[in-house]
Amino acid sequence: MSDIFEPIKNLFDSLAHEFNFVFIEDNRYTQMITGLENTVKITFGALLIGIVIGIVIAAVRSTYDKNKEKMRRSGSPAYYILAFLNFICKVYLTVIRGTPVVVQLMISYFLIFVSVKDGVPVGIFAFGINSGAYVAEIFRGGIMSIDNGQFEAGRSLGLNYIQTMFHIIIPQMFKNVLPTLCNEFIALLKETSVAGYVGVVDLTKAGNAIAGRTYSYFMPLISVALIYLVIVMILTALVGKLERRLRTSDH
Amino acid sequence: MTTDTVLIKTVGLEKSFGDIEVLKGIDTEIKKGEVVVIIGPSGSGKSTFLRTLNLLESPTAGSIFFEGTDITDPKTDINLHRQKMGMVFQQFNLFPHMTVLKNMTIAPVKLKKATKKEAEERALSLLERVGLADRANAYPSQLSGGQKQRVAIVRALCMQPDVMLFDEPTSALDPEMVGEVLDVMKALANDGMTMAVVTHEMGFAREVADRVLFIDQGIIMEEGTPEEIFGSPKSPRLKDFLSKVI
Repeated sequence: MSDIFEPIKNLFDSLAHEFNFVFIEDNRYTQMITGLENTVKITFGALLIGIVIGIVIAAVRSTYDKNKEKMRRSGSPAYYILAFLNFICKVYLTVIRGTPVVVQLMISYFLIFVSVKDGVPVGIFAFGINSGAYVAEIFRGGIMSIDNGQFEAGRSLGLNYIQTMFHIIIPQMFKNVLPTLCNEFIALLKETSVAGYVGVVDLTKAGNAIAGRTYSYFMPLISVALIYLVIVMILTALVGKLERRLRTSDH
Repeated sequence: MTTDTVLIKTVGLEKSFGDIEVLKGIDTEIKKGEVVVIIGPSGSGKSTFLRTLNLLESPTAGSIFFEGTDITDPKTDINLHRQKMGMVFQQFNLFPHMTVLKNMTIAPVKLKKATKKEAEERALSLLERVGLADRANAYPSQLSGGQKQRVAIVRALCMQPDVMLFDEPTSALDPEMVGEVLDVMKALANDGMTMAVVTHEMGFAREVADRVLFIDQGIIMEEGTPEEIFGSPKSPRLKDFLSKVI
């Protein structure tokens, strides 16, 4: 009997030994915890910035697209302001979506925020700006998909454009784009693994550092991968729950 | 119920979409308390006319006076005037993410026309009047078409408007639900509400209208009391239209 279990027992023993050597000795697990903290900070901070930028840009772009004909004919100065804002948004989207996030991160750290030594806030900024471009397009698609009758109903009650946008359109848009937004969130989490380029000890960097220190790659890298996986699974579950809750209005 | 006070007046109202002229000069008045029913073949411009009254469509030329103010003047704050002009749409356009009660109270509360409590009380008493008090906490997707349209009507009423605009309110309903919506509209008319109604329900026009406008090819082809319009139509276009719909 014991012969069958022997190899399994040996495997566990060697894994436990490896774990002990890689993470427990010299308290190396604290690096992993710091890394995880930084990864989570950057991801959530960037997502928040991304959502704010996304809403503003999506509102500008969809307002312009919906009303440009009408406003151009009326020749009001608001048209030129809006057209200018729309142009700025387009430039932003083109530049951000057209260049790699690592390059944007390095430009932020080494060229823009030269005096900031902590890479975490710079990372939040850079990933936030980057994510904003993608979130904006997700939101814009969401806004354009809402039936125009919803706009008209809001306006006919006397709500102004912005009130209609924020109370009527955007809540409905959010529900529609939630799955896509979750996707963006997952992509963002994984993209932050390049934060090490600007000296941030994120999860990936921590794993890599431990691997370099111990010359043992299996345990640190597999652990890093598993932690990312678990975060993504938790996120997916939470978003799924939120989706079900928001769906109470359409039985 | 009709009084002498003019509530809405249009002068030389024109509307084009690109090269297509939909309205070619509409001059009319709607008096306080009056029920005006607008009929006409599809594509005649009757819906467009109604939608220009609260500037959901901005006219290409001409003016609209509402309670004495030219609302086509760019300096006019149209949002203030829209608060006094309720509108009911063919497709209901209830807000699907809000309960019936929230649908009705969002505008009065956000526009500071009433406190949340006042608005909810008013909403509940309006729902009572249309027989939907028990659906206050339902979502629009849980209602039938007729119920949705009744909610849409009381949602507009919750703003305590001076005039109600109805854009084919029964055209998207199953036939058995048309009656319940028309009944609400009749009761509203009897209460003295000023109404402009675009509809294909000739029975409703005959029974409730103070005045019927027949719009065709972008102009008011003929107008008069229901007796005149349905009893002795003059223009061949109206005769032809009536022969098709009745």
